[in-house]
Amino acid sequence: MEGLRFLVVEDSPTMRQLISFSLKRFKGCTILEAVDGVDALKKLQTEEVDMILTDINMPVMDGLKLVSLIRQNPKTKSMPIIIITTEGAKEDRERGLALGADAYISKPIQSSNLLKVINDLLEKQSTTTNE
Amino acid sequence: MAEEHSDMFKKSQEFLQMLSKQKDFIQDLLKENERLRFQVASLESRSGNAQSAEAELDALRQRLAKIERERNELEARYQKVEEENKDFAQRYVEVEEQNNNLANLYVASYQLHSTLDFQEVIHIVMEIIINLVGAEIFAIMLMDEKTNELGVIASEGYEEDFVFPTIKIGDGIVGGVAKAGEPYYINQAGDDYQVDAAHPLSCIPLKIKENVIGVINIYKLLVQKDAFTAVDYELFSLLAAHAATAIFSSKLYSQSERKLNTIQGFLDLLTTPVTKS
Repeated sequence: MEGLRFLVVEDSPTMRQLISFSLKRFKGCTILEAVDGVDALKKLQTEEVDMILTDINMPVMDGLKLVSLIRQNPKTKSMPIIIITTEGAKEDRERGLALGADAYISKPIQSSNLLKVINDLLEKQSTTTNE
Repeated sequence: MAEEHSDMFKKSQEFLQMLSKQKDFIQDLLKENERLRFQVASLESRSGNAQSAEAELDALRQRLAKIERERNELEARYQKVEEENKDFAQRYVEVEEQNNNLANLYVASYQLHSTLDFQEVIHIVMEIIINLVGAEIFAIMLMDEKTNELGVIASEGYEEDFVFPTIKIGDGIVGGVAKAGEPYYINQAGDDYQVDAAHPLSCIPLKIKENVIGVINIYKLLVQKDAFTAVDYELFSLLAAHAATAIFSSKLYSQSERKLNTIQGFLDLLTTPVTKS
């Protein structure tokens, strides 16, 4: 897959850089960054995005609220979303997925695991589109 | 005379009959001879065919042995290739892991040296400990040069009003690490482990050369993390040196900034012309 556009929503510059570092494995991809949910929603109004990777614990607007708003918007409701968070408890995972996230990854992240999850989502999306 | 003739006729008849019987017998003998000859010829021919079949069988046996040898060779090669494949897959996983570790170390190092603001540096150290190591409860302690005691300057996972005790160099696990400059780890906490400021899971000295300027104490890992991994130890080594340098540099920078502001204030005061009211 070439030319993918990712939106990384993370308040931590360290994590933004680390996630972007992993995403650069996708040839020709564009990585957009947002520091919280509100910033992400602004970016979504003006930018075309193929996939969103978001943290949960962020100031201004957290990741769960962001996921729920994205799912309510007809323009973005089917956009693949991955939650990447320190909240690794089973109930947190279930809550994130119930709100509409497509995948849930607990920190600390493994680059290979992140790439596998993204590839699986892209494949799933491509199968759905072909049907 | 007539009787003689009649006898003669009878005898000749009998003789002819006997001859006829002999002729039949001879014909039977000839037929039997012919049949036996045919059988002999047939047996001779069969014997020749059996020899040729035996030769063919030998050739087939040899071919089969050759094919089996080739099959064994191919099987051996296939197993070798499969082993090589497994080896490559294992190496790929190792390279991926190494790549992941290097990315973590690169990002941590890059972020640590991205600012000279003391608070920002501390915040980055905390981010690294939370996001890259996966710690839930931890504290960063710095050495007070005047009192030679370690005091907490930042923590995560504790109640805001929690008062951390100061620790003298050489006292307990934390003081011992600050004195010796060697890290302390318990890879996996027992079931009875309780978070205790004096008994961390790991205590990492922050060192500039041999001089310990502080320590990082990790008390609890995130729920999804069972134990420290190989990259955590690499990160601890990196933090021991790079976080120490970054903290120390930013502290010096803040102090020099403050001094510079004070001096600038004095200079402004001295150079400002006094106006008579």
